[in-house]
Amino acid sequence: MGLHVLKSTLFRACRSPILSLLSFGLASCSGGVLDPLGRVGADDASILIDATVVMLAIVIPTILLAFWMAWHYRASNGKAEYLPYWSYSGRIEAVVWWIPILTIMFIGGVIWIGSYKVDPFRPLPSRTPPLEVQVVALDWKWLFIYPRQGIASVNQLVVPASTPVHFSITSASVFNAFFVPRLGSMIYAMPGMVSQLYLEADHPARLWGTSAQFSGDGFSDMQFQVRSVPEADFQAWVASVRGGGSPSLDRATYAELMHPSQRVPPTTYHAVDAQLFQDVASQKIPPAPGPEPEGPQHAGREVSTGGRD
Amino acid sequence: MFGKLNLSAIPLGQPIPLITSLVVILIVLGVLTLITVKKWWPYLWREWITSVDHKRIGVMYSALGVLMLLRGFADAIMMRTQQAAAINAMGYLPPEHYDQIFTAHGTIMILFGAMPLVLGFMNFLVPLQLGVRDVAFPTFNSVGFWLSASGALLVNVSLFVGEFARTGWLPYPPLSETAYTPGVGVDYYLWAVQISGIGTLIAGINIVTTVLKLRCRGMSYMRMPVFCWTALCACLLIVAAFPVLTATLAMLTLDRYLGFHYFTNTAGGNPMMFVNLVWAWGHPEVYILVLPAFGIFSEIFPTFSGKPLFGYRSMVVATLFICIVSMTVWLHHFFTMGAGAAVNTFFGISSSIIAVGTGVKIYNWIFTMYGGRVRFEVPMLWSMGFIFTFIIGGLTGVLLAVPPADFLTHNSMFLVAHFHNVIIGAVVFAIFAGMDYWFPKAFGFRLHKGWGIAAFWFAFIGFWVTFAPLYVLGLLGMTRRLQHINFPEWRPWLYASVVGVAILILGVISQVVQFVVSIRDREKLRDVTGDPWDGRSLEWATPSPPPFFNFAVMPNVEGEEAYWGIKQRAVETQQLSPEPQYEPIEMPVNSGVGFYTAFFTSVFGFAMIWHIWWLAILAFAAAFAGFVFFAWRDVHEFEVPAEEVARVDRARRAAREALLERLSQQGAMS
Repeated sequence: MGLHVLKSTLFRACRSPILSLLSFGLASCSGGVLDPLGRVGADDASILIDATVVMLAIVIPTILLAFWMAWHYRASNGKAEYLPYWSYSGRIEAVVWWIPILTIMFIGGVIWIGSYKVDPFRPLPSRTPPLEVQVVALDWKWLFIYPRQGIASVNQLVVPASTPVHFSITSASVFNAFFVPRLGSMIYAMPGMVSQLYLEADHPARLWGTSAQFSGDGFSDMQFQVRSVPEADFQAWVASVRGGGSPSLDRATYAELMHPSQRVPPTTYHAVDAQLFQDVASQKIPPAPGPEPEGPQHAGREVSTGGRD
Repeated sequence: MFGKLNLSAIPLGQPIPLITSLVVILIVLGVLTLITVKKWWPYLWREWITSVDHKRIGVMYSALGVLMLLRGFADAIMMRTQQAAAINAMGYLPPEHYDQIFTAHGTIMILFGAMPLVLGFMNFLVPLQLGVRDVAFPTFNSVGFWLSASGALLVNVSLFVGEFARTGWLPYPPLSETAYTPGVGVDYYLWAVQISGIGTLIAGINIVTTVLKLRCRGMSYMRMPVFCWTALCACLLIVAAFPVLTATLAMLTLDRYLGFHYFTNTAGGNPMMFVNLVWAWGHPEVYILVLPAFGIFSEIFPTFSGKPLFGYRSMVVATLFICIVSMTVWLHHFFTMGAGAAVNTFFGISSSIIAVGTGVKIYNWIFTMYGGRVRFEVPMLWSMGFIFTFIIGGLTGVLLAVPPADFLTHNSMFLVAHFHNVIIGAVVFAIFAGMDYWFPKAFGFRLHKGWGIAAFWFAFIGFWVTFAPLYVLGLLGMTRRLQHINFPEWRPWLYASVVGVAILILGVISQVVQFVVSIRDREKLRDVTGDPWDGRSLEWATPSPPPFFNFAVMPNVEGEEAYWGIKQRAVETQQLSPEPQYEPIEMPVNSGVGFYTAFFTSVFGFAMIWHIWWLAILAFAAAFAGFVFFAWRDVHEFEVPAEEVARVDRARRAAREALLERLSQQGAMS
């Protein structure tokens, strides 16, 4: 049962007025994880939907059985037989053990195959070599470094459509999770460690990404723009960043950037220190600082940089 | 002199915590004044604070839990309204306050709301159901309760002195390290959870020992009510898992206080190790809560179906199965940390395997109703609501156990909806079902039925209206813990959820009104028989409320469903068993050591939080001195004279005669 078949069935169902409620639900799901734009997201979403459908096949009859049982054997129903001592049936016992076991064996298969199929560390088979992007989660913004192109950006991720992108992800301070809902799989950004993630966007679109792991007061604004563009536009963007008047991301600029800040507008850097990502990930550059204490008089309350800017 | 503590710790500039604190302080002062004016102190001291009676301690645990549920619910109202008010806006709670609220909500609901309630049920019921007079270690039990209360007190003190943690209910480093959270919030969390954690461990040891060593004659393992099995398994999990939590938090404490590097960003610290360790406790913790909930439903379904539980052995096997497998699933809380396909596969499959055990249980409850005469009293309504809600929560739980699906929904509102779906649907529904069911046993009168029905329907509908939109929001990509929302298209779902909260508020009001009305009409609702529901296990053999020694003569159990057997025999022979030979009973004496220790432990915790080292040393010494003083006492027990036992039991037998007569007449009519 592919996602495609299911989606078209569901969309067809949406047109029927009887299922208008469902269609409302589905229409409002556009832009979410069930509206994937790339193959990783599509695989994730189809596994999610398949597993749901398999379980609903068991769950719905079970719920109906429960309510029928309670209603039919209600005390006021004189027609229902009363079996005050009946408490065991080998056959029913066998069935009630085997129904969940078989369901879970099936789901177990889905888990096994799915875990390998969408392992975030596994490169996506493709004729085009992947674009390398290094990601650093900062308080509270995202830094994207394009090592081959020698440029970088903050809170703005531009990728060519139909080309796999290989993300190497780390964090300069606390845990975050790198997540672009419509592209699929999220993965944690952790200090001193590098996570790998391969994603691909099918066609040009404007998307958004976010952090999916709470990281402090400025967390709510840790969203970033994602633009998937045609290959030629991507090259044009790279050229414009290189040629534009943006600053260069050297150690000094990075030292400035890693201080807590929020709602940082998308910015670009025309050049980038080639060793920067490795030195952040290996903590040769010490981790970014946290919030400033309130001074010697502070009584345990922190100064908040969050919220009101 | 006062460490980090000074006047700036009191939130004078922040109206919401300030006003809340003032109201709470006024209420507490009002209650204390009332007790003083009415001269209730001696009664409270003698009958409750120093009581080592497992029933009294169970009731106090439950009262603490209900109080904390209300506090946590207030946090929940603020969270849902803040998110609805903060769409492309800042709402009314700034991040530094909002972050404390969701942290406090999680911590309080799990550790200070649900845990005390579950422990309260176990304390109250296990000795009664096993046909014994008390738990294995009565004074220890009192210490455990008061330490839990001490932890709850510290969490609530953080409301008006300083602040609470702003890290989420499990304080993941490096965020919770001093470098990123220099304030006292995490310290409040650490000391409150450590102190109450010791209390919980004490309760766990106590119940395990009680079940293993103290059953009455004839009460073999395979004759125990399923609730006792679930209590045993939950407490085995407490004994296995809580030391892990204690050790993990102790390591974080050393990082924060003495500059150690267990979980720090630098110097070889490994924050992922904290995540592993804390979930090695955290997942069993879920089953510590839910297994006793299953036990409660396993008592309610047979009673209100008028027949034995279907597949008792299956139930026991499924409980043990869940107990063991629950220790092997913790990694599913962080599939997205990139452990690799093989590891994710193992933990995905082990997590979904738990659904086999719960699935079997659900079918067994359904088949318990087969051939029954189902009475839809309030506990049964909660139980049916549970079946529906919990099955769907289980479905979304298995989805989250499928790693690729988790890659899309981890930390999303879908996850938030899922765990509320199982924790509210199973644990909270069980608590309300159980409260309605055993309230007459504890207090001697039933709860008002009409308000109980209202409370159920408001809670059931309110639950779904609140949390169904959160599932949708999760699928739309909304992540949890957002203080404000930058996506106006999510507005309808956030508003719908607030409507659900409003319905839940009506449910909470109905529940409170139910208590008030029932207390007012207690004479009308009086249970004189001791067996108001036509029960099947031994607690219903005692009068309501039971005498402090529970059983005048230790019961002798001759089959499953001990009390049902006794009752059937009495109906067949048309008479009660012959009056036994009454003998004097030895009962443990009251002890103030629990209250005393917890008082100084609270002071110790507070002093550690604020770095008031001299006070910490003094308070610790005082708490320890209490223990030493207790260990040296000479008199442990007092004797209840045989005449007193006989007097109490003859009153019970008179009530039973009347009940027997009524049952025989009913039998003659049908």
